[in-house]
Amino acid sequence: MKKLIITVVGHDKVGIIAKVCTYLAENGVNILDISQTIVDGYFNMMMVVDAGRTADVTKLSKELGSIGEEIGVVIHCQHEDIFNMMHRV
Amino acid sequence: MINISEVLETNKMIDQENLDVRTITLGISLMDCIDSDLDTVKKNIYEKITTTARDLVAVGQEIEAEYGVPIVNKRISVTPVALVGGAACRTSDDYVELAKILDQAAKTVGVNFLGGFSALVSKGMTKSDELLMHAIPKALAVTERVCSSVNVGSTKTGIDMDAVKLMGEIIKETAELTKEEDSLGCAKLVVFCNAPDDNPFMAGAFHGVTEGDAVIHVGVSGPGVVKTALSKVRGENFEVLCETIKKTAFKITRVGQLVAQEASRRLHIPFGIIDLSLAPTPAIGDSVAEILQEIGLERTGAPGTTAALALLNDQVKKGGVMASSYVGGLSGAFIPVSEDQGMIDAVQAGALTLEKLEAMTCVCSVGLDMIAIPGDTTAATISGIIADEMAIGMVNQKTTAVRLIPVVGKGVGEMVEFGGLLGYAPVMPVNAFSCDAFVNRGGRIPAPIHSFKN
Repeated sequence: MKKLIITVVGHDKVGIIAKVCTYLAENGVNILDISQTIVDGYFNMMMVVDAGRTADVTKLSKELGSIGEEIGVVIHCQHEDIFNMMHRV
Repeated sequence: MINISEVLETNKMIDQENLDVRTITLGISLMDCIDSDLDTVKKNIYEKITTTARDLVAVGQEIEAEYGVPIVNKRISVTPVALVGGAACRTSDDYVELAKILDQAAKTVGVNFLGGFSALVSKGMTKSDELLMHAIPKALAVTERVCSSVNVGSTKTGIDMDAVKLMGEIIKETAELTKEEDSLGCAKLVVFCNAPDDNPFMAGAFHGVTEGDAVIHVGVSGPGVVKTALSKVRGENFEVLCETIKKTAFKITRVGQLVAQEASRRLHIPFGIIDLSLAPTPAIGDSVAEILQEIGLERTGAPGTTAALALLNDQVKKGGVMASSYVGGLSGAFIPVSEDQGMIDAVQAGALTLEKLEAMTCVCSVGLDMIAIPGDTTAATISGIIADEMAIGMVNQKTTAVRLIPVVGKGVGEMVEFGGLLGYAPVMPVNAFSCDAFVNRGGRIPAPIHSFKN
């Protein structure tokens, strides 16, 4: 299991989650957890997803990035280890 | 499980505060390339580098994409070439040939710099060392990506003043041969005392003879992250200040450790060390000088600068050491003038002088770095500046270095543009009193008394 963290940051609008979830469903990525919050008027969402063992993270990350550009938000898709390393001893 | 605020904190560091991994540097031993025939050596070197480093850039990009953290440079360091070319090179031009083949190999594998056109002469120079040193000006003028360094002293051996004298002349000659590009060649040439074998940072990187066949070193960065963290504790006491730097350094270094482990695993090359340096770039907000200002100085160079830098350097190490399994290299805050907007501003405002920079190098790595000086500075004066800096390293048992650029045709106050990560700098004044008689004495300065520890 390759756990990835997807973050979406930008102005809140209708259909952000729908758009991201549709893409993930089409690419066989399973969502494990979603949390969201509004900071200073900005929409912040974090998804923990399971991309399976063989997922091409580079491709997912690139395509999610372009979806973000389409709808005017910033989408990152990163391996969870970078956060674990930084915030857990 | 990781929570949203932690994830957002990390991404803010990357997106807004210039957190990055400054370099993955692949150290490659060229000892097995030695031959008495120059063409065979050239062939061996090219093949060894292009085979060992074949996947370096691709793997770097892969890690970058998967973890979402920029890896700014992918680089190579090699065994000091004076050791590799000794049997084959009869003239300095033979060494220039080796520099060309290194440049070609660097271009083939797609790295932006390759370090190791170097000689280690802290106690004396062999014929081979001398030939290489005389080849440096031409080698740096005809190649694009090759970096050179010469270690002229150490705490254990003292300082080889003949080499110091020669390097003053070599720096002048390098400046002259690259005068069309604001003497850019000198930006690729470092003179060291106590040079580390495992430094991943250019221009001083080389793969020491104590290292294995190939090894991955990683240099982290992130002055912007430290600066932002400190902006939240303005007015607090030194305990809070130091704790904040330490915690931030830990987080930054952990990213480096992750990248190093991954690069090592994917390239099937052992992990060497993490270099815990705060390396600035000319980008706004990526400045060590701005951290010093955040600590409480109006400008870098104001009274208190050396103390502030000392505590910064120490806390970065204390935070970083726990974050990584092996640390090494230079590990300290870098204070290059041309590569740090805050430093450039301080020089232009008249707050920062060469003498204050020299004092600052007593408490941090690495030395007088990327400083443009007038083109008419004499070779002896440059040697004198080198000798001073080497003495600081020798006596304090630390690495010190000198990377000065005597810009041909330019005088004090004029601007010099090096481009890219090398940045730009105002030409700084140099003390004009002569040190000729001192430099011309010849011989060695003995090792200091506290080096005799056996």
